[in-house]
Order: sequence, then C-alpha cells, then structure tokens
Amino acid sequence: MCDHRCFVYEIVKMSGSSNLVAMKKIVQQLRFEASINRVKVSQAAADLQQFCMQNALQDPLLTGVSSSTNPFRPQKVCSFL
Amino acid sequence: VSIYTPDLQNILSLLFFLLPASALTTGIYMIFSTKPEMATQEIQPNETLTNLKAESDTLKTKLEDERAKLHDVELHQVAEKVDGLGQFIMKTRRTLKGHGNKVLCMDWCKDKRRIVSSSQDGKVIVWDAFTTNKEHAVTMPCTWVMACAYAPSGCAVACGGLDNKCSVYPLSLDKNENLAAKKKSVAMHTNYLSACSFTNSDMQILTSSGDGTCALWDVESGQLLQSFHGHAADVLCLDLAPSETGNTFVSGGCDKKANVWDMRSGQCIQSFETHESDINSVRYYPSGDAFASGSDDATCRLYDLRADREVAIYSKESIIFGASSVDFSLSGRLLFGGYNDYTINVWDVLKGTRVSILFGHENRVSTLRLSPDGTAFCSGSWDHTLRVRDRGVITWATFPKGPHSQGER
Repeated sequence: MCDHRCFVYEIVKMSGSSNLVAMKKIVQQLRFEASINRVKVSQAAADLQQFCMQNALQDPLLTGVSSSTNPFRPQKVCSFL
Repeated sequence: VSIYTPDLQNILSLLFFLLPASALTTGIYMIFSTKPEMATQEIQPNETLTNLKAESDTLKTKLEDERAKLHDVELHQVAEKVDGLGQFIMKTRRTLKGHGNKVLCMDWCKDKRRIVSSSQDGKVIVWDAFTTNKEHAVTMPCTWVMACAYAPSGCAVACGGLDNKCSVYPLSLDKNENLAAKKKSVAMHTNYLSACSFTNSDMQILTSSGDGTCALWDVESGQLLQSFHGHAADVLCLDLAPSETGNTFVSGGCDKKANVWDMRSGQCIQSFETHESDINSVRYYPSGDAFASGSDDATCRLYDLRADREVAIYSKESIIFGASSVDFSLSGRLLFGGYNDYTINVWDVLKGTRVSILFGHENRVSTLRLSPDGTAFCSGSWDHTLRVRDRGVITWATFPKGPHSQGER
C-alpha cells in the first residue's frame, strides 16, 4: 500500500519539479520577447513599400523580360531559308 | 550556503519514500525534489507555479498591448498611392514529367536551370529545366520524401522524409554512377523530416521535423551543431534569412506558430501566433525584414519583424482550401501561393489584393519556388508534375515611375 502511494507521490514530485522548470523557461522567454524594440507599423510598412519600389524595375516577373534574354522562352524551331 | 548537498538530498528523498504518505506535504517534496542535475536553476521560495503562471499571463498581455500600441495603420492603407499592377498573365514554359507519384518538394540550383524534386514514390530527380531532361535519379529507402534541397555549389542534393533522416548525395558528372552508393546520412530526428536547407555553404544543413524541433548539422561529420526547441507540435517548414541580414531563420508548425530563431544561440527571438491552423510554408521577404506564411486556414499572412506583428492577410471568401507553399518575387511585390484547390494565387503584397489566379495543375500544389534570378517560378503538385512559369506577353503594365523601355510586346 505504501508502495502505491509512494509511486503516486513520486509522479507528483517529478511532474511538480519539471512543470516548475518548464514554467520558468516560458516566463524567461516571455520576458525576453517583451523587451525587444519595436517600430510602428506605419514605419515598417513604409520601408516594405520602399523596398518594393526600389527593386521593381529589377524584378523580371513584374517587368517581363524580352524573348532574347528569357531563359525559358518558347523553344523555336530553326529552319533554313 | 545550503546544507542540502546532493548526497543529503538523495538520502532525504529515500527517507521520504519510507515515511507514511500521510506525513508528507507536496510543499516539502518540492524543496527536496530538485535533482542535482537540475539544480542549475535555484528555485526561490516565491517562484511557485502559481506565481510563475500569473507572471506569464501578465507578460502575454503586456506583449499584446505593446504590439497593439504600434498598430497605427494597415499596410494596404500605406500602399494606397502605389500604382496597381495591371493585367497579369503567366505562361507555363516547361512541364517536367517523370515522377511516379505526388511531387512533395522541389528546389532550384544556383545555376538557374537545374531543379531537384522529391516524391511520395521515394524518388529524387535532378532535372535540367531548360531541356526537361532528367540528369540524375535516386531511389530513397523510404516513401514520402518530403524534403529536398540543392547545395549552394550545385554539387550535391539533400533529401529526407519518413526515414527521419536528412541524407546528402554528391552529384556525379558520370550519369551511370550509382548515387546511392555515395550517400551520407547527416541528420537524425525522432520523427519525419519535413524540410531541409543548406546554409550559405555545402557544409551545414538546417532541418525541421515532425518531432517538433529544428536542428543545424555539420555535413561532413554529421554532428549536431545546434537544436531549436520551442514548437509544441510538428514543425512543417523553415526558411533562412537572406544572407545580408544575419544568422536567423523562421520556422512554422502544426502549433499554428511561426518562430524566428537565432542560429548561433538556439534561442527563439520572436514568435507569431495568428494563424488558425497548421503553417505549411514560410518564406522571408527579400529585404529580410518580414516573412510570409501559408496555412491550412486558407490564408497567407505577412509578418513584419521590426514591428513584431502581422501586417497583412491575403485571403478571400472564395478561397477555402489551405495554402501549402509560398514565395515572393524578387522585389517582394508579388506573393505566389500554391493551394490545395489545385490553383496558384498571385497576391499584390502591398495592396493585399489578388492579382491573378493560375490554373493548370490537376491536383494539389504542394511546393513552389522562385528561380534564383527571379525570371520564373516552379511549382510541384500531387498530379506528379512540375511546371515552370514566367510572365506571358505584357500588353500593358503600370509602373510607379511610368512606362519602362524594357518589356516584352
């Protein structure tokens, strides 16, 4: 009978201490995340937009590329005239 | 100085075992339960479980408040003045046929023409996408090869899946050589491999797994360099930050969370939990300041790392199937999403609107990646094929600075 109860207490003991350690890790992680510096969305959005605009002309899927430079241009059949 | 040395703790623990249960309190047990190897963190008297839970709740609320304070505008509002994208037609230029079953993953070689793809049938194929020829084929010892990646040098490929491993195959110039003979097992997880990626060199591989962890490995020795714990369920995807922005990567999982990690320390730097279901795919915005995600909740979302919050949702009431795979165009203006309803939706990242819907695949789109020079993108599908697409004939297009001289007529 003591064996059974001791076993139960052993489980309580094990889960108690490991819960505590796990909880401490969670709190430490949250403390870290809460402390980071953030910028306003208006600023972040403006920067994202600026990056798009600055690189728009170098984006082949936005501008398209001429057939001669497109590596995947439709395969043309050569014929001798 | 505590008198409760490790030896004394063990003896006392033993004594408590022998005492009648009724004489014990859980309080006493907690003090003596610190095993020697766990005594690195002193448990202070006031740091009980309830206190820590309360602090955790306070911190979570504080995080939400801090993020909300900076939410002064929406991305699409900022982008109102930007010109729209006009008519958007894409054409399939190549169809790669040869897999015997669902294509699960693909990656481009840096040479912009080779592609590696992996399939449910256990085969990994290296293609020349220009000619559609198969250059190499490897049969893996398992089915469901869910992850594959090309090495930066172009001289090797990595792959894995239900074998719980990530293996590297050096690619030989001799087409007759048996690639399987040179296979090198690098990563070992305790559940399926969901994604893998080489870092800046052929020397290190980053993996994510159904066992809930990500890991960084040395290819030569197979040694585990760093492991990343924090997801509460299977990790389904990962993406490395563009090299200019430093040593971080983002992962997404079945716990609906996207985590950003420091590769050197193993710490989770930022965490985002706004999706309503599994995150199947994550991809960094080209500047490295944001990343997009695709989820089973039928939405794609954009998270800005400096604002530390979600800044856009790409969704429509008519889109009800999950997004399996996402990637940006070179400028970050376009977001391509492959979905389980067999289509690819193209989104205007800034305005939040859908620019185009691409048909063609006859089953779920499972994987999607932009080519290294941004001229095309490749999609893989459960219909056993891969398709390479680029812009069709441009009839007219609006640019922020006016018409451009370059362009296909």
